[in-house]
Amino acid sequence: MSERRITLAVNGQRHDITVPVRRSLADALRQDCGLTGTHLGCEHGVCGACTVLVDGRSARACLMLAVQAENLAITTVEGLAPDAAMLHPLQQAFANNHALQCGFCTPGMLTTLVELLAENPSPSAAEVRVAISGNLCRCTGYETIVAATLEAAAVMRGEAA
Amino acid sequence: MSVFGQSVMRLEDAPLLRGEGAFAADIDFPRQIHMRVVRAEMAHARLVSVDVTPALDLPGVIAAWSAADVAEVPPIPFRATKVRGLEPYCQPILAQGRVRYVGEPVAVIFAEDAAVAEDAADLVLVELEELPALLDAAAEPTDFDATRNTEPTIVRKSYGELDAAFRDAHVVVALDLAIGRHSGVPMETRGAIARYDAAQDVLELHGTAKKQHWNRDEIARLLGRAPSSVHLFEGHVGGGFGVRGELYPEDLLVCLAALRLRRPVKWIEDRREHLVATNHSREQRHRIRAAVDAEGRILAIDNVFFHDQGAYIRTHGARVADMSAGLLLGPYRVPAYRATGHFRLTNKTPAATYRSPGRFEGSFVRERLMDAIAARCGLDRVEVRRRNFVDVSEMPYARPLDALGTDVVLDSGDYALLLDKALARFGWDARVADVARRRAAGESVGLGLGVFVEKSGLGPSDGVRMTVDATGAVELVTGAASVGQGVETALAQIAAAALGVDYRRVRVVRGRTDRIEFGSGAHASRVTVMSGSATHQAGLALAALAKQTAAALLQTPEDALEIVDGVVRRVDTPEGASVTLGEVARALAPGTKLSRDRATPGLTVESWFHSDHMAYPYGVHLAQVALDRGTGQVKVEHYLVGYDVGRAVNPMLVEGQIAGGFAQGLGGALYEEFRYDERGQPLSTTFADYLMPTIAEMPPLDILVTEDAPSPLNPIGVKGAGEGGTNAVGAAIASAVDDALGGRGQVTQLPIMPRDVLRFLAEGAA
Amino acid sequence: MKAPAFEYHDPTTLAEAIALLCRLENARPLAGGQSLMPMLNMRFVQPDHVVDLNRIAELSGIRVLPDGALEIGAMTRQRDIERDARVAQACPLMVEALAQVGHRQTRNRGTIGGSLCHMDPAAELPLVCAAVDAVVRIAGPGGEREIPFAEFPLGYMTPAVGPDELLVGLHVPAAPKGQGHAFLEFARRHGDFAIVAVAVLLDPGPDGRVARASVALGGVGPAPLRLAEAEALLRGTAVEDDAIARALATTASLDPMEDALVPGWYRRHLAGVLLGRALGIARERMA
Ligand SMILES: Cc1cc2nc3c(=O)[nH]c(=O)nc-3n(C[C@@H](O)[C@H](O)[C@H](O)COP(=O)(O)OP(=O)(O)OC[C@H]3O[C@@H](n4cnc5c(N)ncnc54)[C@H](O)[C@@H]3O)c2cc1C
Ligand code: FES
Ligand code: FES
Repeated sequence: MSERRITLAVNGQRHDITVPVRRSLADALRQDCGLTGTHLGCEHGVCGACTVLVDGRSARACLMLAVQAENLAITTVEGLAPDAAMLHPLQQAFANNHALQCGFCTPGMLTTLVELLAENPSPSAAEVRVAISGNLCRCTGYETIVAATLEAAAVMRGEAA
Repeated sequence: MSVFGQSVMRLEDAPLLRGEGAFAADIDFPRQIHMRVVRAEMAHARLVSVDVTPALDLPGVIAAWSAADVAEVPPIPFRATKVRGLEPYCQPILAQGRVRYVGEPVAVIFAEDAAVAEDAADLVLVELEELPALLDAAAEPTDFDATRNTEPTIVRKSYGELDAAFRDAHVVVALDLAIGRHSGVPMETRGAIARYDAAQDVLELHGTAKKQHWNRDEIARLLGRAPSSVHLFEGHVGGGFGVRGELYPEDLLVCLAALRLRRPVKWIEDRREHLVATNHSREQRHRIRAAVDAEGRILAIDNVFFHDQGAYIRTHGARVADMSAGLLLGPYRVPAYRATGHFRLTNKTPAATYRSPGRFEGSFVRERLMDAIAARCGLDRVEVRRRNFVDVSEMPYARPLDALGTDVVLDSGDYALLLDKALARFGWDARVADVARRRAAGESVGLGLGVFVEKSGLGPSDGVRMTVDATGAVELVTGAASVGQGVETALAQIAAAALGVDYRRVRVVRGRTDRIEFGSGAHASRVTVMSGSATHQAGLALAALAKQTAAALLQTPEDALEIVDGVVRRVDTPEGASVTLGEVARALAPGTKLSRDRATPGLTVESWFHSDHMAYPYGVHLAQVALDRGTGQVKVEHYLVGYDVGRAVNPMLVEGQIAGGFAQGLGGALYEEFRYDERGQPLSTTFADYLMPTIAEMPPLDILVTEDAPSPLNPIGVKGAGEGGTNAVGAAIASAVDDALGGRGQVTQLPIMPRDVLRFLAEGAA
Repeated sequence: MKAPAFEYHDPTTLAEAIALLCRLENARPLAGGQSLMPMLNMRFVQPDHVVDLNRIAELSGIRVLPDGALEIGAMTRQRDIERDARVAQACPLMVEALAQVGHRQTRNRGTIGGSLCHMDPAAELPLVCAAVDAVVRIAGPGGEREIPFAEFPLGYMTPAVGPDELLVGLHVPAAPKGQGHAFLEFARRHGDFAIVAVAVLLDPGPDGRVARASVALGGVGPAPLRLAEAEALLRGTAVEDDAIARALATTASLDPMEDALVPGWYRRHLAGVLLGRALGIARERMA
């Protein structure tokens, strides 16, 4: 079986790993880097649970090979909070607004929305809805996620929530 | 202020937000191997042979089994059924002799790596001889095996003078209605990781959900072990919705493999497997008739239905059909009733419960019937419901029926009041006028409603153990489980309110068999009612013990004490002498003087709550829809769920349950369906074919939670809140679409497909 | 759902990639992976070799030619095209269509070349290329060739790219001044592949009437379908309601694909409905 030694840069940390070339980025993050926050809900690109940031842009980690991620900067949900005590404003807003139930879709929602807010610090509710339209959630009915995002955007703009 | 009833933040969130959760696929053990299931590719066939040898030749493959290798393991039993004679229809863990649905496990591979296991699975040679597939439960039964046909039983329930009622009726309204096959489809697929700890002779199963204790007992029995040597553990669960946590073939296969191969065995279902292997639900066809008097009052209902159980009977037995028969009548007074439920097998994935089982179906059927009665009697749709409601003065209202093995006694409820509140909040009258105006302008818009009674809190018993440690931290050990809905927070709130501590000081231990002897898991909206009541009692008992002990420590009469924020102090002089709960716990530690007066040391109690009856929450769904006359697309413009939950432990969590439940109901009403071709090949095997609502499909949703009718059956007045968001979505949307089409009763089937709407529009124009 | 085993190659030049394709048996180019990776994970395809095009810089980028036309490299990401002001200028139809191609996350990776080569019958980008008369560039061992997009589809999900060839780019003519455009599709759920999609372009002549009309349907045949008859009927009109009605009448003779989930009559019906709406929008936008 064909394997390759690669270096992945995940959340600012180097991971020197050897992977079968067929292994998806999601599986490599989970199995080889020990970062299981990136979830697999479908492995065919539809659910969005596996979304990570690749050079700042959201992408399905189930639809990339690990070997393709060499030399790219990967951000996963584990890389969002500044430290063990503080949450990222989006994470905090998710908690405040009950924007998660089982939490399985949450990592993909968060990474997708981090990209949105980086690009558009003042999104409208409609823009938030478009941004997460490729992320399935079976628990929340979505609306609290929109509320959380608008709250986080305000906090990140320096406005009190 | 008591934390009971407050929308406090969840205790569960932090690890989930940081990606530190422990979902099934996140669990790994050293030396683990991976299991892959080889599944049947025909819907119905004679299983001629299975040859696993080519798979065994692949490097990295450790073992491969077919039915002959697991012959000693009995098929998967039932948990919940009183119906006899269903055993021959249980599913073997690997197919024997015949395959009966596409996706049925035929063989299993064990390998060092999940991808290699999948490579090997592709090499297994399965020889099948195709047989005709039975795909319609309303068609004549055929043979299941040499001696049995595909109708294992008929569920019958009845009371009252049915024939007389139909004879004397002013009108008889008859409908033929069908509900499509859909299911819970949680975002996390199933997973099972078994590990045999030889040092302790304990078999562990991880990645479990919902029914750990029952599953533990059955796994132990089927594998010939003592229950105390088998333990199940629950980590995080990515949604349950009825389907997750039942005992499936894969659970037994990993356990068996862990014992035989002496290595941890991990199985993670993939999504395509999930859509053919995990329980389906809902598919039912009803031929229903109502006898009605001249005022639109129901005299009798005759409910004949065909339940499509799929290929085997799983753990639920005939439960969904039982509920479809026993709970159909909802909020209405019905003097005579007869249900005849043809419980039938087909060559599709086995079916069982999914959020609001039997009730999503029943509400669609009953509320379509109410609309039809209104139309036939020339009555307003709201009025006809009012006329038939069981009145608040009649509560508790005993129906001469049973469901789930208990008599149906509606415990409390003011249906008319909730309907009034919901209509007012929705602005029904104004919307009626608005709809009329838009119709005059050529639009196809409509309003719809569905009124329903849910059920919750299935007994009989639930226990918890609550302990305060020397630091004052509280541990609540429950046999309940969590499927991600916020159980820990809700139980912590109840415990905290009863004991007098901050709810964040309460650690809830759930879903594991090694910490508590008995448990009923999480299903049927029972956790808040049953485990919540037990927790409440435990909290009160613990508070009493703490005060009793503190009374000795402080030399103060017990009844002069209160517990606030974990401190026992005098009511009259809160600033005076006090002890913390931690100090009280230390005073009760083994060996202390005070502990010797008690049967067991420690600041700890165990409490059990028993209930023979269910609590019945109730609700109203209201919908406004517009039809795209060109494409047939249904757009839900506005939706309201009104739901009385008795008492809400945490309103934020209740609303979350309702919103999420609504989204699932919406899927079943308009989008989701497991389709099959004429040979029984499943057509909905990816997320591109099985259409769950995204945010783009979600309409503006208004939620009205009321607490007008606390349950008299439990000390905290609660009723389960998990299923009311789902229950009547099919009913209300069908009602609204039909209204938009001119109220002709054309909508008789769920999901409502755009092309059906086009057909209805054309029929209406003709 | 793990991909089958294959060898992985990541060339950095086009020449290298072509050489690999010539040398290797059963090799498959990998672009954005948004269609190929699901097919691999589901084992619908089992290549022995995957030739990753993502490290070939020369294959991506957008260039504006002196006449305003666009040269778009095959590996240009869909989202980069969607957000490029020059594309909005030269081919607003493409930008409108792109908003409906999957989701932000899939467009961040998915490429225009991948979409054209995957050639799903309902895909938006092939439909746009059919409507705008794009020209595609294909490179092989013998060098490059250019063919009009009309000759690109050979059949159901089959582009005119040989096993040792690659699509390298496409040429998109600039929209003439005053052109009215519209792209509409119907899918049961947002972001899904359409059941039927329609692209319409109306170029006004000096007299304000339609000098050239382009009407293309997706989801009806195995590849995008240009409705020559409807285009002819629209020419010379001011797109009055009755001209639209005449154009729509041509959809009655369509014989769409049929599958277990979508009957042919429904596709035909949708084609008419969407085309009527698209013509209305394009008419409004024509100046
Ligand atoms: C959830 C989801 C929703 C989607 N919705 C839509 C949608 O609504 N509309 C739509 O059009 N698409 C949709 N897609 C697919 C789209 O995103 C893909 O981008 C596109 O079909 C393929 O582009 P790609 O760059 O990802 O190519 P790949 O997947 O890498 O390749 C696709 C095929 O083209 C071949 N190929 C790629 N590049 C070349 C080349 N330069 N020369 C020769 N052959 C080549 C590959 O070998 C492969 O066979 C969706 C995908 C997902 C996951
Ligand atoms: S797991 Fe990647 S999109 Fe679903
Ligand atoms: S919170 Fe469970 S899937 Fe979104």
